[in-house]
Amino acid sequence: MPVKRAEKTAMPVREALARAHDFVEVNSGYTPMQASFESERCLRCQDPVCVDGCPVNVPIPDFIHAVADGDMASAAKILRSANPLPAICGRVCPQESQCEAECSMTKRFNPVAIGHLERYVADWERTQPLTVKPNITRKEKIAVIGAGPSGLVCAGELARLGYPVKIYEALHAPGGVLRYGIPEFRLPKAILDWEIGVLKAMGVEIECNVIIGRTITMDQLFDKMGYAAVFIGTGAGLPQFLGIPGENLNGVMSANEFLTRVNLMGGYKFPENDTPVKVGKRVAVIGAGNTAMDAVRTSLRMGAEEAMIVYRRSEKEMGARVEEYHHAIEEGVKFNWLTNPLEIVDDGSGWVSGLRCQKMQLGEPDASGRARPIAIPGSEFVLPVDNVILAIGTTPNPLLTRTTAGLLTNKKGCLVADEKSGLTSKTLVYAGGDAVTGAATVILAAGAGKRAANAIHEALGTRASR
Amino acid sequence: MARIIETRRLTPVTKLYRLDAPLIAASAQPGQFVMLRVREGGERIPVTIADYDRDRGILTIVVQEVGATTKRLAALDAGDEILDVAGPLGGAIELPAKGHLCGIGGGFGSAALLCLMREYTARGYKTTAILGARNKDLLILADELKPLCDSVQVCTDDGSAGFKGFVTQRLAQLIEGDGPGRPDYVVAIGPMAMMRAIAETTRAPKVKTLVSMDPLMVDGTGMCGGCRVTVGGRPQFACVDGPCFDAHEVDFDVAMRRNKAYVNEEKIARERVDCMAARKELQ
Repeated sequence: MPVKRAEKTAMPVREALARAHDFVEVNSGYTPMQASFESERCLRCQDPVCVDGCPVNVPIPDFIHAVADGDMASAAKILRSANPLPAICGRVCPQESQCEAECSMTKRFNPVAIGHLERYVADWERTQPLTVKPNITRKEKIAVIGAGPSGLVCAGELARLGYPVKIYEALHAPGGVLRYGIPEFRLPKAILDWEIGVLKAMGVEIECNVIIGRTITMDQLFDKMGYAAVFIGTGAGLPQFLGIPGENLNGVMSANEFLTRVNLMGGYKFPENDTPVKVGKRVAVIGAGNTAMDAVRTSLRMGAEEAMIVYRRSEKEMGARVEEYHHAIEEGVKFNWLTNPLEIVDDGSGWVSGLRCQKMQLGEPDASGRARPIAIPGSEFVLPVDNVILAIGTTPNPLLTRTTAGLLTNKKGCLVADEKSGLTSKTLVYAGGDAVTGAATVILAAGAGKRAANAIHEALGTRASR
Repeated sequence: MARIIETRRLTPVTKLYRLDAPLIAASAQPGQFVMLRVREGGERIPVTIADYDRDRGILTIVVQEVGATTKRLAALDAGDEILDVAGPLGGAIELPAKGHLCGIGGGFGSAALLCLMREYTARGYKTTAILGARNKDLLILADELKPLCDSVQVCTDDGSAGFKGFVTQRLAQLIEGDGPGRPDYVVAIGPMAMMRAIAETTRAPKVKTLVSMDPLMVDGTGMCGGCRVTVGGRPQFACVDGPCFDAHEVDFDVAMRRNKAYVNEEKIARERVDCMAARKELQ
């Protein structure tokens, strides 16, 4: 038996300067030896607090023990029973603030690399032949709106429960933010395609290019098309802008636009693919969440000589996963902390020539609980840049709520839904994911999709027995 | 996928397509658009809905061949499939109390007047269509529009058909009381320069005017924000807040500049398609 090590087994990564110019995945995954070694670091706690740190309560020690025992089939089964998107969550979950934050090893050493092991198990599972089959035992048809994380998981769970399910997707390809937002170098699209393949093998139908609320209304889903229940997983896709002067200059984009051009439309292969992506020599990305990291690292890969983050708070308040931050540093991304953008500067012909900023210092905590940034007088300066990409957050898309009477939203435009069941203000209409919470994580969306599926099952079950 | 039922060449660079798209035809309204993509790796482009036949499930679009995607589309004919057609997107044109509606189409923008005129004639509005083209060979759909509205006014720059001059000159005459008379509402669909000129023509006489904005779009569903248009000093997304806006509030300078953001790339893509067409590699 290997000696328990204090240090987490490092994830093998591709060399920074090589990977910063292509879209191949940065992390290459544990070898069987590394996975075995890391799994032995788990202390097998009596009271596994890591499980409480997981939004979907994956039985973490159980699957890690199965890895340690070399029983990969059991590990995969245990993992998937709680998390329907393990290969994706193993890559994109902020483990450091969830399961790994609670790990007992964290108190004295480094936490067990739960995320890396999750990825290892899920990647093994993908090498195995698919055994799932459709098992439709129920008459009631369910419609799922949006093929993002919550919709995919909800559909999968409903199919498992025996329902015929159809997912309606507005774009030409399923996946939602996993398709248009998260870049290939962090989440290879082949993984997403495999997960979608599993759903299809379970009998889930996916119809793209259908915009519920426009092509078909919510009421038509029930009245004309005979659906018994609907799940809304339309996400939070509407990009926010700062409202500072110069935002309409050519060369200013939302991170959503930039990432969609690259990821969904394959713009990195222009002109072989038709959608162009224009990146100048110097790119400033405003914001410091995961989307900002994706945008700034994608800028480097699209040929920017210098790519930088501009953030009005400090490193401590940054929203990005720590791994993405470290990878960004390794790849040469520059960070302008405590820097508040004031104006995007016109080069005289309507294109961006710079970003006028002021330096900030941190004051008392604000409403979000984070230290409030306060401007330092006389600290204004201009960063010379060719592009400004805004990654300051997104809000739920209003398209469905605007066209559906009786579907209530809160002040922020988020759907009002019961925390446990996801039931909205409309009978037999459920919702989950970013459309309810505002921009959050894949795992929270997955958890909400799964809970809503079970709530739908319960609601319909009750009806059938009447 | 949407199967092409019929195509018709309207001008050397403009083609009409009737598509088998029953879901879109059933819910389409005047002023809305669809997003389409013609091949894997292709871009998504917005195309204004020209007309729809709800009973037969047919959607009509008219597309001018200006770039890579529209040229690839032009290579398709009856029986072929368009890879992706999604819609209807954007808000419908909704006018208040009945009155005289004047729809103005410039170039292939005239196509969108088909459903607008038919719909508002049916709703009891007095309807006039003003069609503008450089010459009579580039004029489209005048005969189709005649039975759909009360009056069709044709304008050509060279006078080869109808009124000699710009649509704005004819519109100014109508506002003065000539022909079908002063409109209560103007809806303009066409090149940005024309729409701007119309906005200026109707501003002083205070005729309520809507313009159908055609900014660059990536997704068309509210996700990218690339289509933002400054309206009344505020940013609006053409795909979800528009595409039709109050002409007197639109900042056309910004809109026209933003539409030129990718001219170089568009040229590269277009020339690439032209080369492929010359080598008969399209299809």
